[in-house]
Amino acid sequence: MSDTSIPALRAEALESLLIEKGLLSEAEIDQTLEFYNERVGPMNGARMVARAWVDEDFRRRMLADGTGAVDEFKFVGGEVQKLVVVENTPDVHNMVVCTLCSCYPWAVLGLPPKWYKDPAYRSRSVREPRAVLAEFGVELDPDKEVRVWDSSAEVRYMVLPERPAGTEHLDERALAEIVSRDAMIGVAVCESSAVRQGL
Amino acid sequence: MSEELELTDELAPPMANGEVLFEAPWQGRAFGMARTLAQAGAFSWDEFRAHLIRIIGLSDRSADDADDYEYYQHFLAAFEAVLAEKDLLDGELLGARLAEFQARPHDHDHDHDHDHDHDH
Repeated sequence: MSDTSIPALRAEALESLLIEKGLLSEAEIDQTLEFYNERVGPMNGARMVARAWVDEDFRRRMLADGTGAVDEFKFVGGEVQKLVVVENTPDVHNMVVCTLCSCYPWAVLGLPPKWYKDPAYRSRSVREPRAVLAEFGVELDPDKEVRVWDSSAEVRYMVLPERPAGTEHLDERALAEIVSRDAMIGVAVCESSAVRQGL
Repeated sequence: MSEELELTDELAPPMANGEVLFEAPWQGRAFGMARTLAQAGAFSWDEFRAHLIRIIGLSDRSADDADDYEYYQHFLAAFEAVLAEKDLLDGELLGARLAEFQARPHDHDHDHDHDHDHDH
């Protein structure tokens, strides 16, 4: 540990004061981090997407009431504010942003990636979503409508990506593995080539 | 539809998610402290978020250069602000502790305890 930058020292000073005050302990901080890093992750969202791809009734329920769909899975912990699931179709591509800060559906996607919090993503997603998508490698048909959803403290959004062709033989579990976090934010599409080849 | 999926159930993490979420350990500590205290009821996440939005808003207006953008510095500032609002943090004590840490030699071993007197 040789991080002597001001924020690093400031965080360390703060931690030492809060521990002395008895407000928290080092172990509690470790547990919280482990929880968000390892136990709550994008796999929760991926499971919901895979279920929606194989179960039409669940898909309808998820689109009607995302929060209720989360409850069906009994995921442990995380923030489950109101979750709204928006569906990609051949005609519509959805992407999610939080223009004000970094609101994000942690319960289903874990911690937000770094770029999600950058001012460039936060402002450009609204102004020029197609350009941003292109930089992520998503080239959309010019006829396809792009909808940008601005998250807030009240509503968090998750994208239900389109199920890629060539995945008809996969079961729900295998399907979950091709659903990337970025696809559920709407800056990637799911590809059947992401199916692992048993390497 | 009441099937319960255990989190211990092994499922490969979705592809292309391998990037590091914290660029430095202190960012993780700041996040961990804020979440731990919010869960313990010291403040609500919305109260924290209000400070974060305000601080990020100030920064967005003043900084043109996105490369200099440091989300977790704002996060830390918002955390300090909500603690101060709740009378859980004394700014003078923090300043003194920070000065003390800054005065440490750079090869200082962080593993020792900090209880001894640094008054030298």
